[in-house]
Amino acid sequence: MELPFFYLFSAGIVITSLFMITRSNVIHAALLLVLSFFFLAGLFVLAGAEFLAAVQVLIYSGGIMVLYLFSIMLMNVQVAVRIRQWHRQRFFAILIVLILGFEIWSVLGKGVFPAMKVWPWKLGATPGNVEALGSVLYTKFVFPFEVVSILLLAAMIGAIVLAKKRIDS
Amino acid sequence: MIPISHFLTLGAVLFLIGAAGVLMRRNAIIILLSIELMLNAVNVTLIGFSRQWADLSGQVFAIFVIAVAACEAAVGLAILISLNRDKTIMNVDEVNLLKW
Amino acid sequence: MNIATEALIAFIKIAVVLLVVSLVVAYLTYLERKIIAHIQMRMGPMRVGWHGLLQPIADGLKLFLKEDIIPSKSDKVVFVLAPIMVLVPAFVVYSVLPFSENFYITQVNIGLFLILAISSLGVFGVVMAGWASNSKYSLLGALRSAAQMLSYEIFLGFALIGPLMLAGSLNMQKIVEAQSGGWFVFSQPLAFIVFFIAALAETNRVPFDLPEAETELVSGFHTEYSGMKFAFFFLAEYANIMVVSTVGITLFFGGWMGIPGIPLPGFVWFVLKLATMIFVFIWLRATLPRYRYDQLMRVGWKFMFPLVLINIFLTGLIKYLFL
Repeated sequence: MELPFFYLFSAGIVITSLFMITRSNVIHAALLLVLSFFFLAGLFVLAGAEFLAAVQVLIYSGGIMVLYLFSIMLMNVQVAVRIRQWHRQRFFAILIVLILGFEIWSVLGKGVFPAMKVWPWKLGATPGNVEALGSVLYTKFVFPFEVVSILLLAAMIGAIVLAKKRIDS
Repeated sequence: MIPISHFLTLGAVLFLIGAAGVLMRRNAIIILLSIELMLNAVNVTLIGFSRQWADLSGQVFAIFVIAVAACEAAVGLAILISLNRDKTIMNVDEVNLLKW
Repeated sequence: MNIATEALIAFIKIAVVLLVVSLVVAYLTYLERKIIAHIQMRMGPMRVGWHGLLQPIADGLKLFLKEDIIPSKSDKVVFVLAPIMVLVPAFVVYSVLPFSENFYITQVNIGLFLILAISSLGVFGVVMAGWASNSKYSLLGALRSAAQMLSYEIFLGFALIGPLMLAGSLNMQKIVEAQSGGWFVFSQPLAFIVFFIAALAETNRVPFDLPEAETELVSGFHTEYSGMKFAFFFLAEYANIMVVSTVGITLFFGGWMGIPGIPLPGFVWFVLKLATMIFVFIWLRATLPRYRYDQLMRVGWKFMFPLVLINIFLTGLIKYLFL
């Protein structure tokens, strides 16, 4: 029962991503990426990571993409511009990407995985994913957690300093 | 039950699409969006592995990846805004002076 | 029960909830005009139907039949999608809210978090509307409104962490059941105050309605909209009011749980509490002046944010030491 939904979501993600990298209108590209994030959140729910799905919608599309949209609107991007949108070397770019794809396929195709383990809780039940994630995040991974908070602080200060108006003395 | 190979294939395809976007486009914001797509491809792979071994470390790491993506988006956009201050530069090959 | 029966029951529940909510949202516009009118010592709509009861239908019909203008230089796809992005999240949230002990569409173990995530999508509709209109007033109003909504959404989320710590679960039904020993508004008064103010700002209500005040930026982000799309924005505001009121009473006032002693069904208690909270929203609109934009931001970040952090800290401390 999960497999048709998986195909649906992954088709959605791939199609919207392909559209996104080919749009010349930047706002359309950003909105298509938001759409692909929704499909991705659905995929996360299928894999038993429902907390992460909500985090993806809340932070990635509700936070980061809004930041992108704000910046696009405030920066006066020439959306319907007639200048060249694509690199002159795009043929070599596609070639490199295809070679990379071939390498990945030749490595992954040889992988043999044992039988999939089942989650120790029933999917979607309470207590389930959220409680287990909390108990592991604050005991085993508390150090990376604190480091990420310092990283966020550094990024915030850096972004403010970089984007401030220079006051000419 | 979704086999792990499906997740890995999807992650690989998304990563390649993102890489193609980064290498082929001139517009700085589309390049940043393609980088976000690559980070999401990594997330898909992590979640796939987390499901395979029923280990929550994959999901925890995916949360950290999202946090780092937020930082990188903020700093990248701040750089773009400061580049755009005097005149609108939108294509990355126009940023070719060593000292601004 | 096989999949087909379950799907059918789910569809029927969804249809019922959608219909009832749409009707209530439409009549909320009428209710607001009547209540504000009576507070201001006048009568409000009186002509259409008995005491103006058919006014929402007249309004809806008028907006439906109006000419649908799309500005020629606007981004047409985004222009049409924006009202949908504002209205749909308000309705999706109803899927996880418990209306009584047995009537809810579904229970997910991330219910509260889902509500937060979906409510954060309303910002997209506002930003898209402002941009797609290709007009200075719309863009400025949209950016102001979006910045306000984003900031106060953070305070909303933090204010909800207090009751969450006491309830111990993100599941909305379990949060309601955890209040059987006392409503959370008595044990988390600070969280409730911050939640209420953040809800006012999140739905662009007075005193935080600068982005859509008529005397300010013409009409903010919905300046260029007419006809059915404008009706969507209009309805979306009232739908959002209903949503935050419902979330507020579920988290702070016990949802469908009544005062033990008065035997009323759970649904009646729910409706009574919801009506009271919406009445307070409308009452505030008739009473308070509005904040200036920098005052709004200052109140949020310098006053409410420390307050909500102190609340979380104290709740955690007391829960660890005594409970």
